[in-house]
Amino acid sequence: MLIGKKSDIIPSEITPQSVYEDRRQFIKAAGFGLLATAAAGYGLLPGHAWAAAEQRRKLTGYNKTAYGADEKLTPYDDVTSYNNYYEFGTSKSDPAEHSKLFKPTPWSVAIEGEVKNPRTVTLEDLLKIAPLEERIYRMRCVEGWSMVIPWIGLPLAQLIKWAEPTANAKFVEFVTLDDSLRMPGARVPILDWPYTEGLRMDEAMNPLTILAAGLYGEVLPNQNGAPLRLVVPWKYGFKGAKAIVKIRFRETMPQTTWVKAGPREYGFYANVNPTVDHPRWTQASERRIGGSVFSPRMKTQMFNGYAEQVAHLYTGMDLRKNF
Amino acid sequence: MLPPNRKQLGLIKAGLSLLALVPLARLIWLGMQDDLGANPIEFIERSTGTWALAILLITLSFTPLRLLTGTAWPVQLRRMAGLFMFFYACLHITTYVWLDHWFDWQEIAKDIVKHPYVLVGFTAFVLSVPLALTSSNAMIKRLRQHWKSLHRLVYLVAIFAVLHFWWLVKKDITEPMLYAMVLAALLSIRLIFSLRKRKGQGV
Repeated sequence: MLIGKKSDIIPSEITPQSVYEDRRQFIKAAGFGLLATAAAGYGLLPGHAWAAAEQRRKLTGYNKTAYGADEKLTPYDDVTSYNNYYEFGTSKSDPAEHSKLFKPTPWSVAIEGEVKNPRTVTLEDLLKIAPLEERIYRMRCVEGWSMVIPWIGLPLAQLIKWAEPTANAKFVEFVTLDDSLRMPGARVPILDWPYTEGLRMDEAMNPLTILAAGLYGEVLPNQNGAPLRLVVPWKYGFKGAKAIVKIRFRETMPQTTWVKAGPREYGFYANVNPTVDHPRWTQASERRIGGSVFSPRMKTQMFNGYAEQVAHLYTGMDLRKNF
Repeated sequence: MLPPNRKQLGLIKAGLSLLALVPLARLIWLGMQDDLGANPIEFIERSTGTWALAILLITLSFTPLRLLTGTAWPVQLRRMAGLFMFFYACLHITTYVWLDHWFDWQEIAKDIVKHPYVLVGFTAFVLSVPLALTSSNAMIKRLRQHWKSLHRLVYLVAIFAVLHFWWLVKKDITEPMLYAMVLAALLSIRLIFSLRKRKGQGV
């Protein structure tokens, strides 16, 4: 497996941020900017694409799977320009704009809590725990829109087996990066940083749950949660913690960021459920991103259409109460 | 500054009308370029809603301007501004009913009744309909003193419109707060002057 390594020395580590940002701006303004403007002018390059093009890197050595093979993919540009990632700003276009300089390498993840050997694993080693797979999943946001995204990642269950949790481990908590130097949105106390999420152990072990490190055959873009994020396709999108730095096994249910922010509006389970409305908007239907102005909404499916694989996890539970 | 004469006022109105159509022209232009972003319907809804609210606040600013500076002639632009606010509100609600919900009246009714932010937004629109309908000179003459009382509804429309925006936002209330602050300032100026006037009359 190869995550297109560019250089061993990371400029951000040896040069103060402000300096290299300025330098970068200068270089862009002086040369590359001119070149790109010319290219854009001649229609060679869309105006906004050149900055992003610097970051796009192919991901090799993953297996295709049958998951979602019949789905129509949401265009790459939509998947990478319409994001909820408050650490980089609260508007949908902020994450793509404000994460351009974010360097997700080097990266490591701490495995903590109820495990035999708490340890820290580098991203490279973590991605070797199991073969990477492409999974095409629907993603339903709690706000009423949805996408179809070809993720690349590994089943969380494989990592959990590797981590060897103790018998006490009933929940998994995901703690994400809280670095206000690198994440302008995290300077604003809009949510209780760091953003944390959690799953019940059986949810985490479900074969659908993955840790994603890529999409569309490429390394995960910063705005989508680089370098490592959670994807739980039968739950609302906010469960998908981005830029994960800690995976903590716990005996008790963890507090999660959105539950803390609005306990009436967001629950721990956050399963996609068309029959339980969000207090402020309907969950019965959704708008699929990538359509035209004249595309109608579509009906939202129970568990986002993954009922067959996950409904058994919730038998006997009142999903109105456990929303 | 001298107030404009009839001809100049006509020119000012024509110029401002063209300006007020720029947001619509922009939407049409972006739509034709397929450049309305990943969620074009949301984009149109947000844009028309924001412009309706902004123009509403402009409409409400002519009287405070007169009270503070004594410049009275811009009040003559108020009706035009109010009608443009109604125009964008109509575009906003048409987008919602047509593009967003495809005339699914049952869903729309449920959405209005169940969700407070939709309810206040819808109420603001409903209340603005009689104001637009009675905006002509003929109606002003016909309604006489009732006209003024009726058009006080605009304060309610503004408060509901700001609430509509406020309740729609998930967490970052910066933007609705800005509109709320402008509205609060505009209404306070009126209130202060009317209290002062009442006091003056009492003496």
